[in-house]
Amino acid sequence: MMRLPHFVFRAPRSVTEAADLLARAEGDATLVAGGTDLLPNMKRRQQTPGTLVGLRRVGELRTIANGDGVSLGAGLTLTEVVREPRVRERYGALWQAASQIATPQLRNMGTLGGNLCLDTRCNYYDQNYEWRKAIDFCMKKDGDICWVATSSPRCLAVSSTDTAPALLALGADVTLVSANGTRRIPLGDLYRNDGIHYLTRRPAEILTAVHLPHADRWHSTYWKLRRRGAFDFPVLSVAAAVRVNGDGVVEDARIVLGAVASRPLETAAASAHLTGRPLSDDTIAETADLAARPARPMDNTDFSLVWRKRVTRQFVAYALRELRGDDMRDVRLRTSRMLL
Amino acid sequence: MNIIGRPRRRVDGRAKVTGQTIFADDLMLPRTVHCKLLRSTLPHARIVRLDVSRAAAHPGVHLVLTGRDFPIPYGILPVSQDEHALAVDRVRFTGDPVAAVIARDELTAFEALDLVDVEYEPLRTFATPDESLAHDAPRIHEYGDRGNIHKLVSLAFGDVDAAFRAADRVFEDTFFYQGSTHLPIEQHAAVAARDPDGKLVLWSSTQTPHYVHRALAKALAMPAAHIRVIATPNGGGFGGKSDPFNHEIVVAKAALLLDRPVKICLTREEVFYCHRGRHPVLMKLRTGVTRDGAIVGMDVQTLLDGGAYGSYGVASTFYTGALQTVTYHIPAYRFQGCRVFTNKPPCGPKRGHGTPQTRFGQEIQLDKIAEALAIDPADLRLRIVEQPETLTANYLRVGTIGLEECIRRVTRAADWSARHRRLPYGRGVGLACSSYLSGAGLPIYWNDMPHSGVQLKLDRSGGVTAFCGATEIGQGSDDVLVACVAEVLGIDPLDVRAVTGDTDLTPVDLGSYSSRVTLMMGNAAIQAAERARDLLAEAASRKLGAPKARLVFADRRVFDTENPGVAMTFAEAVCAAEAAFGTIGTTGSYTPPRSAARFKGGGVGPSPAYSYSAAIVEAEVDPETGWIHVPRVWIAHDIGRALNPTLVRGQVEGSVYMALGEALMEEQTFRRLPARLSHALVHKFPSMLEYKSPTTLDMPEVFTELVEHPDPRGPFGAKEVGQGPLLPVMPAVANAVYDAIGVRIDEVPITPEKIVKALEAKAAGKPARYGPARFPDVPWPEALQVPPPWEGGDGTATNPARTPKAGQEVVRS
Repeated sequence: MMRLPHFVFRAPRSVTEAADLLARAEGDATLVAGGTDLLPNMKRRQQTPGTLVGLRRVGELRTIANGDGVSLGAGLTLTEVVREPRVRERYGALWQAASQIATPQLRNMGTLGGNLCLDTRCNYYDQNYEWRKAIDFCMKKDGDICWVATSSPRCLAVSSTDTAPALLALGADVTLVSANGTRRIPLGDLYRNDGIHYLTRRPAEILTAVHLPHADRWHSTYWKLRRRGAFDFPVLSVAAAVRVNGDGVVEDARIVLGAVASRPLETAAASAHLTGRPLSDDTIAETADLAARPARPMDNTDFSLVWRKRVTRQFVAYALRELRGDDMRDVRLRTSRMLL
Repeated sequence: MNIIGRPRRRVDGRAKVTGQTIFADDLMLPRTVHCKLLRSTLPHARIVRLDVSRAAAHPGVHLVLTGRDFPIPYGILPVSQDEHALAVDRVRFTGDPVAAVIARDELTAFEALDLVDVEYEPLRTFATPDESLAHDAPRIHEYGDRGNIHKLVSLAFGDVDAAFRAADRVFEDTFFYQGSTHLPIEQHAAVAARDPDGKLVLWSSTQTPHYVHRALAKALAMPAAHIRVIATPNGGGFGGKSDPFNHEIVVAKAALLLDRPVKICLTREEVFYCHRGRHPVLMKLRTGVTRDGAIVGMDVQTLLDGGAYGSYGVASTFYTGALQTVTYHIPAYRFQGCRVFTNKPPCGPKRGHGTPQTRFGQEIQLDKIAEALAIDPADLRLRIVEQPETLTANYLRVGTIGLEECIRRVTRAADWSARHRRLPYGRGVGLACSSYLSGAGLPIYWNDMPHSGVQLKLDRSGGVTAFCGATEIGQGSDDVLVACVAEVLGIDPLDVRAVTGDTDLTPVDLGSYSSRVTLMMGNAAIQAAERARDLLAEAASRKLGAPKARLVFADRRVFDTENPGVAMTFAEAVCAAEAAFGTIGTTGSYTPPRSAARFKGGGVGPSPAYSYSAAIVEAEVDPETGWIHVPRVWIAHDIGRALNPTLVRGQVEGSVYMALGEALMEEQTFRRLPARLSHALVHKFPSMLEYKSPTTLDMPEVFTELVEHPDPRGPFGAKEVGQGPLLPVMPAVANAVYDAIGVRIDEVPITPEKIVKALEAKAAGKPARYGPARFPDVPWPEALQVPPPWEGGDGTATNPARTPKAGQEVVRS
């Protein structure tokens, strides 16, 4: 067994109390919600905070509110998100993304906020202390070099959250609360393309809620590439949302790629190309080409990077064909091992 | 028969599903202290300095051990005594244990590991067989056939070259089979303590308590009679718990020194370092055939990447060439095998031990041959299936063969002729066959004693206790033991208590490996039970006044067949027997028949009985992405007789599961960092998350057909099922992929990337395949010439066995 290091555990009952604890800890405290990401990391000594501030008793993080669209508390478990009818009916991409995270047991523990803040992943980093010692560590923790590309000035660990690409495609905002105040930002502004500093969240801030705009005439979908039908983090994902008018012409579109960079990648050119066109085979092929172009998979996840780059087109096309109304259940079943 | 052949809930099922089975890690003895191992961070290095003083002084640390505490080497095979519990002066792979810290708890021991100061002098690292073949120095071990070659084998049975000259066609192919690990759910764990008499007790998650017993006696220089090894129920073994392990010897020594219980539970990462898994094997197969598909000769070359220690490697090497002749008639056969040392965790026996690799190549090659000769692949195999009751070219005595029926059953179930070559592009079916041993005919160390012993104690209550050294590793061996005894004595399986895998209490059984337990322990159990029944019948006959020959044991009763009213209960019969003869205890034992092979190396391959399997896999392949989906697998297995069909089906389905893992995703692979920056050579992903093995969602529908023609050598006719059904699945997947999209993937795992590359090669007009291009030059020794039986051979070689060259040391126990 790998053992956790010693730490102090705090269990605040409100966001204010939690924010105060974070402010007072001056960087030595880490938030923990479900613990499915953090606790294994602590066992591997990737993170060794002196204090853990547990959020499970903070009831206000687990609310679902109607507003312009829907606001989801960051402390909702992924299972709760999956079971929420408003999510399933209006925000298909989020429902499909959350449904494919890890395993049922882990979804029962892991939270929406936790998945959005998921540590970036890399085959050189997600290893035991002893293993990392054998490679003399890497720049993300205890070392100086990025072994994925030894000349890289920055860490190339991969953004592996499933919900972020989906929520970006859905145009979500997030609320961050600290002892100094509250701010609401577009979800895209939460991320940076840097494997170490992958979040713009300040150390004393708590991600409290996710705000989804009105679904209106938007349709969305999420496709995930991974070796197996469960457990695995994405090694490529495509979230797509389109608003189509009565003539079948796309009025607005957002296509977001996951797991091809240190942040979810919004593909503006592809989204723009789709706008004003019907979802024809040609348009889908052209859009898929454009969307795949900025994908920069590296050799630090499962599957070879060349192949992951190669199939990005197909996965974008799968997503768009499904949004057009094609019956994609067979492809979905073969690649995801589940119908969504 | 009342019990044998009926699907039953296994006797240990209740404990397993209610969580009451006590695994090694569940043991908590008073005053237990905990052990952690410091493992090498370098793949190959000399230990220049090892200073444990800071660790020893750390609060809570009781003891620190190093290689100096373990001067005596050990190893599973007498010819490969090359391991030390902790490294002596040299580390040979990243993960090789260097020091052990025993502390009040695991966390303290873990912290103290960082306080052990080790200074290494890196040595040249050997990451691949090519490197080991190219450089003789430094030698990873000071023994072996030469340089970094551990073992070279060269055997010729008849004149293969002449057979090829006479053949209509000779097919030559190279294949690569990637290494994989066992991935048992339970990590290895062990607890050692002195008993109140001061003797040593080791509880361990091991498949082979008898061999661990021997290794402990040797490595600790203690009388074996003062050591007790108890095999706790294993949470899966698959061959990965068949060696004596470092951690077992370390905790034993520590418990003796501290006189308190010492426990270790390996992390998952450490289980990857223990390994002993599937050898990566590069192979070249040449097969000569006539126009109608008959094989006239076969020439097999294998190159095994052995990793850093010997383990079972010599046996594994022989196994890569042993069983080709058991499935199909091969009149002339040549086998050359080479195992090299590399600086990686040692390979050893994994389900199928050494045979799946070459079977993979052979069955794909047969698919190619069938296509070239325009013969249906199932039909081709039916033409060449070996005859029952045969002595093969390499002197394996084969008894019953149910392969023909396996092929017929599986092709019928899968509607083969309507599907093969007839499904639309992107969908296909593939067929492959195999065979496996029901127990190795020879023990690991030379002796002429039985391979399995069973002792029975009959109780006045009507209960029976069966003692046997066999180990319950999840396969159901306790259930087999109980069922055999209960069937003979006419009582309920739940009336029989199994006491197994305890060297103090149970007679020796060599262990749960080589698919030997059902056949060997089963025969021993039947013998012991028949001896007990004889005593009971004698006493009952006197008491009932009925002739002994007419007495029947059934439904917990003993009665006269011709007059069923003349009866007594089983318990009464036991009392009568005890009154007549004294305490009732009987024994049974089993020794396999003598092998017909009398040449050096003929010890690997003989078995009392061989099982057979045939599988058809359906595959769907997306030509754009190379993505593979396996929706269905049909498999037929020649089991002889299913003692408990529930367990048999479980083993078949489990084999299909493991096989698909090897066929499609599993890879024990390593990463070397840029040499100018680092000496590192590390396991790429020693974790269950990134070492990909299928989940339940990835499992296809499996249709299992059991072929039952009782084999006279098996208990109630039973043959093995634990390993054989794994073997045909991997080549059947490859053949299905070919049927689907017309490209050959001549290696495992078969991944989307490789399929895309093969399709690209095909589109570019190159050979439509992905796989190894060449087999390297190996300094093969002169082959041992053994004329096959039909050339008047008697199982001996006609030329002398090659002796090691001067200056080479041969390690013996």
